[in-house]
Parts: sequence; C-alpha cells; structure tokens
Amino acid sequence: MARRTPVPRLVLTSVVAWTVGLVIFFPILWMLLTSFKTEIAAFSSSPSFLFFHWTTENYAAVWTRSNYLEYAWNSVVISLGSTLVALAISVPAAWSMAFSPTRRTRGILMWMLSTKMLPPVGVLVPIYLLYRDAGLLDTKLGLVIVLCLSNLPIMVWLLFNYFKDIPKDILEAARMDGATIGKEIIYILAPMSVPGIASALLLNVILAWNEAFWSLNLTSSHAAPLTAFIASYASPEGLFWAKLSAASTMAIAPILVLGWFCQKQLVRGLTFGAVK
Amino acid sequence: MATQQTQKLARILIAPSIILLLLWMIVPLAMTAWFSALNYNLLNPVKTFAGLGNYRYFLSNPAFLSSLLNTLVLVGAVLAITAFFGVLIALLLDQVIVGRRVVRLMLIAPFFVMPTVSALIWKNLLMNPVSGLLAWLWRLFGQTPVDWFTQVPMLSIILIVAWQWLPFAVLILLTALQSLDQEQQEAALMDGAGAFDRFFHLTLPHLARPLSIVILIETIFLLTVFAEIYVTTGGGPGVQTTNLAYLIYSQALLQYDVGAASAGGLIAVVLANIAAIFLMRIVGKNLET
Amino acid sequence: MGRITLEGVTKSFDDTKVIHGADLEIEDGKFVVFVGPSGCGKTTLLRLIAGLEDVSGGRILIDGNDVTRLAPAKRGLSMVFQSYALYPHMSVRRNIAFGLKMARMPKDEIERRVAHAAGILNLTDYLERRPGQLSGGQRQRVAIGRAIVREPKGFLFDEPLSNLDAALRVQMRLEVTRLQKQLKTTAVYVTHDQVEAMTMADEIVVLRAGRIEQVGTPLELYQRPANVFVAGFIGSPRMNLFEGPVATRNGTTTLGVRPEHLRVQPGDAVAPDGGEAWGGTVIQAEHLGSDTFVYVDVPGIGTLDARSTGELRVQVGDTVTLLPDMHQLHRFDAQQLAMA
Repeated sequence: MARRTPVPRLVLTSVVAWTVGLVIFFPILWMLLTSFKTEIAAFSSSPSFLFFHWTTENYAAVWTRSNYLEYAWNSVVISLGSTLVALAISVPAAWSMAFSPTRRTRGILMWMLSTKMLPPVGVLVPIYLLYRDAGLLDTKLGLVIVLCLSNLPIMVWLLFNYFKDIPKDILEAARMDGATIGKEIIYILAPMSVPGIASALLLNVILAWNEAFWSLNLTSSHAAPLTAFIASYASPEGLFWAKLSAASTMAIAPILVLGWFCQKQLVRGLTFGAVK
Repeated sequence: MATQQTQKLARILIAPSIILLLLWMIVPLAMTAWFSALNYNLLNPVKTFAGLGNYRYFLSNPAFLSSLLNTLVLVGAVLAITAFFGVLIALLLDQVIVGRRVVRLMLIAPFFVMPTVSALIWKNLLMNPVSGLLAWLWRLFGQTPVDWFTQVPMLSIILIVAWQWLPFAVLILLTALQSLDQEQQEAALMDGAGAFDRFFHLTLPHLARPLSIVILIETIFLLTVFAEIYVTTGGGPGVQTTNLAYLIYSQALLQYDVGAASAGGLIAVVLANIAAIFLMRIVGKNLET
Repeated sequence: MGRITLEGVTKSFDDTKVIHGADLEIEDGKFVVFVGPSGCGKTTLLRLIAGLEDVSGGRILIDGNDVTRLAPAKRGLSMVFQSYALYPHMSVRRNIAFGLKMARMPKDEIERRVAHAAGILNLTDYLERRPGQLSGGQRQRVAIGRAIVREPKGFLFDEPLSNLDAALRVQMRLEVTRLQKQLKTTAVYVTHDQVEAMTMADEIVVLRAGRIEQVGTPLELYQRPANVFVAGFIGSPRMNLFEGPVATRNGTTTLGVRPEHLRVQPGDAVAPDGGEAWGGTVIQAEHLGSDTFVYVDVPGIGTLDARSTGELRVQVGDTVTLLPDMHQLHRFDAQQLAMA
C-alpha cells in the first residue's frame, strides 16, 4: 500500500492541477460564455465574465438562418458512414494479421501506416479532378470514400493491436467446435473485442467529424459538414462573434460530450493501442 | 501457424484493405506525377508537355523555400511544446489530486475541438488586438496589446496547434505513467534515490516509448496542418504562415495551376517519405508489433 | 468408435522439420499419453491430429477414413486446451452448448446434453456463470464439458492440468481417467509430466525431438525401456545411468539401475557371487520417513541415487556399500539401445 499523501502537498498539487486544467480549458469555456452574450458585449474591449445580459438569441439565429441542421446531418452521415465502412474492411484484415501472421505481416502493417504519412496535398489535385469527372464533388458519398480510405490504416492498426492480445486458443477452440471463420469472427472475436472495436470506432468518428482538409476542398454547399460550415465564419461576415461562438459550440458539443462519456474507451484508442 | 486453408482465407480477408490502400496511394500519385510534367491550368483547356519545367518553377519559387522552413518550424515547435508540457502535466496529473476526473476532462477537451473552430475562437475571441481576451490581459498589466496575427503570425499558429495537440500528449504519457512499476520506484527509494534521480533514471526512460509514439503520430498530422491556416491567416501576411500544404493548395485551387501544384505535391510526398523513413527508424525500435 | 492411425506423418515449419515420420496406431477406447520434454513435438502431433495444423507428409486416419485434408470440426474430435480457451463472454451453459449450436442441433437436444454433461461434471449450479467467476478446477471442468457434449470419436487433451495447483491436479487426474473409462471414448493426452503419463495412461508414447522413441504400457516402459532416453525419462527419481569400467565389465556401453534396485549397506561389504558391490561415501541423505534417498559418490562411477526403507540410518560422510539387484540391471549398447 502506498502512503497517504500529506495534506499540504495534496492542496498544492490540486491547486496547480486545477489551474493548469482551467487554463487549457479556458478557450472553450470562453467560447461558451460568449455564445450567450449579445454581439455588442461579445465585442467589448472590457470583457465581462459572468455578469452580462445572458441571451440565447445567437443560438436561435444560427439555428434558423444558416441551416445548421443540414450541416450537422452531413457531419453525422459522413463520420458514421466512413467509420462503419472502414470497420467492415478493417476487421477481417486485422483478424488476418493477428491470427494468421506471415513474415510479411509486420512490413504490411508498417506500409499501411506509412500511407497515412502521404500528405493529402500530394494527391489533392488528382482526387479533385477525379471527383469532378465522376460527379463526386460536393457529395456525401465522395467524402465518405475519402475519409474511409484515409482513416483505414489507423483502424487496422488499432484493431490489430487489440486482436493480437486475444488468446489464439479460444479461436481454435471455436474452430474445433465447428465454427467457420465467419462465425468465429461474429460469435467469438467480435463480442470479445467490444472494447477495442468501440475505441476504434470512437476515435475514427472523432477524426472524421473534425476532418477539415478534404471537407474544405471537396465540398461547397450540399455535402459540407460542420467543419466547413464554421470555416465560412472566417469571412468578414464572421465578425458576429457571439454567433460564431454559438455555431462553434453546437458544432463541437456532440463530439465533446461523446468523448467525455467514453473517456475510458477513448484513451485506448487515442494511444493507438501502443501504450497499455 | 495454422492450416493452409485458414492461411488462404487470411490472405483473402486482408486483400480488400491492401488493394484499396494501394489504389488510394498509387492512382492519385501516378496522376500527380503525370500532371507535374504538363503545362496544365484549369482555366486553359490546352495541355502541353512541360518536362521538368514545373519542378524548376516550383523549386525556384522563393515561396517554396520559406514554406518548407515554415513547415519545419511549425512541426518542430509544436512537437517541442507538446512533449515538454505533456511530460510536466502528465507528472502533475499522476499525483493525488482532488477532483482528478474533472481536471482530466478539462485537459483533454481541446482534442475534440475541430480545427476550424479552435482556430477561429483563438483568432477572434482571444487574439484579437482590440477586443480579444489576451489584449485585455495585456492592458491589465499596462502593456500594449499584441496584434498576434500581424506581428507574430507563425507563433500564433503554433500556439493554436499546440493547444490542440497538448491533450493528446498528456493522455498518452499519463497512461504510460500509470503503468509504471510501483515496486521499482520503491526499490529505488530504498536505494536512496532522490526524486530527481528517480525521474531521470526510471520515469524518463519509461516514457521513451510513449514519447516516440506521440512524436510519430503528431508528426503525421502536423506535416499536413491546413485548416488552421486556411481560416486565420490564409498563409499571410505575405507567405509568413504558408506551409507546404497551404502553398500547394493555393497553387492548385486558387491559381488553378495544376502542373505546378502537382510538382509541389510530389515534392511534398518525397519530403514526407524522407521524414517517415527517418521517424520509422528512430521510432521503429520502440514500436515492437 | 474412434481408432486413430498415423501413417508416416511429418511436419515442417518453414524449413525446420519438427515431426520426423510418425507411425502410430491408437486403438478405440484407449487412453494414450504423449510424453516428452518440451520441444519434442508432442503438442504439434496433437494439433496435427486435431486438424489445427496441416501435415507436411503422411496420412491421418480415423476409423480407417482418411481425414488428412479435413477441417478440424469435421474430424469428430474435441479438444481441451492448456489455457482452457473458454469463451469469456458466454455463460457456462453457452460455452458447453456452442459446438452443438454450430452443428445446428435441435434446441431440446442441446438442452438435454448440456444438462447431462453438467450433471456428470458437478457444474449444474454454475451453468449461468461466466468463466471469469469460476475457480481453476471449475474452468477445467467446463472445458471438459465442452469436449464431451459433442460425443466425439476422441478427446484431445493438451496439457490440461498444468495450470492447476498440485493438490487439484491429483484430483483432476483421477476425475479425467474415471470419466474416460466411463465414456469409453478414445483419448489422446499430451503432458511433459511423466508422473501424469504413468498414472493415467493405458499406453504411453514417448517422444523426443520429433521422433517416437517408444510406445508401450506404463509398466513396459518402466521395466523395459528401449533406449537410454526412455530409461532416463520414465521413472522418478531417475534411473542411475553411467558409462565407464564398471559398465564395460558388465559387457555394455551404458549401464542403468533404478534407485530401488540398489541395496544400501552401511560400512564395507564384499560382492556376492556373480554380483557387484560398489563402495562409496554418502554425500546427501533425504529422510522422508517412509523412504530414505541416499546419494552416494562412488569412485569410478559417479553419484548414484539409492532408495532404501525409512529405517536406514546413514549420515553424510558415512561409508556405505551399494549392492545392485543383478536381475534388474539395464544394459545399453553403443547406439544407446537396450540390449536383449
């Protein structure tokens, strides 16, 4: 048993930790506060922290004037869609590498990860032109494809790391029991890997939700997700800071809440399965 | 080891991933290579062969060298900040703290914020020279507020990006710290090792692996920072915050010069590969699969 | 029925040959134990029979049918793994029923068989628990239950008791053999523990470095080991084996004598007619109460281990004479094979 921490030390570390936490969190907190201010208060050069006229008019304005729901729906479809497709492709691949490895497995894994190092700008032009010709520009399907492919290596990597810790014996026992590979994955591997799959899913949804490069370059109006919607506030019209704050709050809230609730699963995903 | 049947099946199951990633890599790359040898402007339907002209043009463009430098500065600075403060904060959070869960929630929050949001919030609500909170803070101490994006544009971008990635470093390092062998620490204590000795001889070596993961993964994402620049400075003033990614983007989609952009794209790929090989070599040792 | 036949079975991993042509006939209903030091290929051989690995050459027959290319589940064998390999997310009931479910057996039949197996194995009260909530012995029983419900032609056991503590191991040893006798199902059991092999087997197969060294009943192997390796491997404490002038004098290259066949006589003694007497110094004496094990350093031979009754009183440093039972000497030639 570890010794009890002496009280003075507990107070000191707690105060320091809370200070650091608040400083890091402050921009988000400030955004939240600003979203409830009037535009004039938001722009004031002497900021008020709590004692201002609280209003929800910014939310109402964002909600009604700028089709927030349409952008949000695009974000949901694109992030969930790309993640689920990537999951369907990567589970069999990870199974294969974890349970039937060859001498090339390590190399393949490294190569897959290295495709993630390919800078998107390097292929921006051809993808843009291919999409233009295929009519995929500004479509949700187009973004689903691109985000699925760009996140596939991470998905495979995460699942592989999780699967390889599952005892091979159990899968062999299922094989002796007469399960085919498909049933082995559905009845044994998948239920045993729920935490791993959940963390991979979460991380990919978050990465896809926050993805900006492809979203900004491949969409304009129909398929634009929230990242692109917020970017439109960069233009002079975006001088309405309270509204910017309200829109931003609505854009990050779903993922922030999801991330907070699923912290445990996320830590594993965030560390890419490499730190136990 | 397993039977040939399962091995055959395993090859089939991994095939879709490999084929898709190969296509995703090779088709656009081949097209980029082809375009880079053409005089090709989206506004001009006539394409002519340019040989190495585009490369000459791109490499001799003064913006190229500065964008390369900007990329390196951005990646290096953010890595240094997140690694250094990441270790410090992780060590802090590893202590017994009242309300540790809440502190952790606050600390990881920036990671969930999309880049466009964080960039705009920092730019408008915090760094605005007139009404930004930092300006107010500066005035509070009797200083002239800094006009962040005019006076120190690169530092501003670095601050924003580092703020986004600090939680990632903290989380990984904290997870690693919590798996630190308690008995080893106690043995060192018995051996009379002081706090500093324990940190440098036990804790820091233990963090080598997670730190290398932080560096690897952050580098992957930092080399391609785009949205933060796109919504704040647009690469300016001048080309002071134009990194390679942004330069190629503006060449292609703002100037419609596909040929030059493709040449730039290919150069970026080559540079990224050099960085990747370099990284994999350093990190590979720590990344046993 | 469950007769398992191996015909010239070989197995190589990459370029390393791990099984060198195994020929073996396992008769229906027999309890056969594969025993040998680690790395001898016994587990590989079992996995080849199970179908979890492909053979590189040779054939495997079950009841005369060639199953060499058949998938594991189609061979009609079931396996108990060293780690138990229970499905952690399923209840005991679903663990036991999984194989039957895969075989699309009707629900009521599954129900009946699971209840029956649980009854035999004292698991009836634990059917709704998860493996994580069970003790080691109970998990072991679930693994066995999973194997018996399918009413296979044969059981394959891969060191199933090695994760249990000593007392439980002895108990499970009895249960497994009793169950096998009751079901009359062929069993192939892999272990590195020769005591387990001796106590459980109808027939023992001794393996070394991918080769079958000897096949026989426990007593056959104990009394007539075919070579030096089997002689040294079977029996605890080990048989004394030595070379040198004394061996040559008896017309052999290697001479072997089990500790219980050495009589310990305090002081000096003369060799009886046609016999041997080896004088030496006690270097260690272990008094177990029932038995006394005496380690004696004999000049020209080396250290010999002798087993005597508990009444023998000798101390370290005493001079003693060892009198071997001349009818129980094991003689091996230069090829290390037993001489007739």
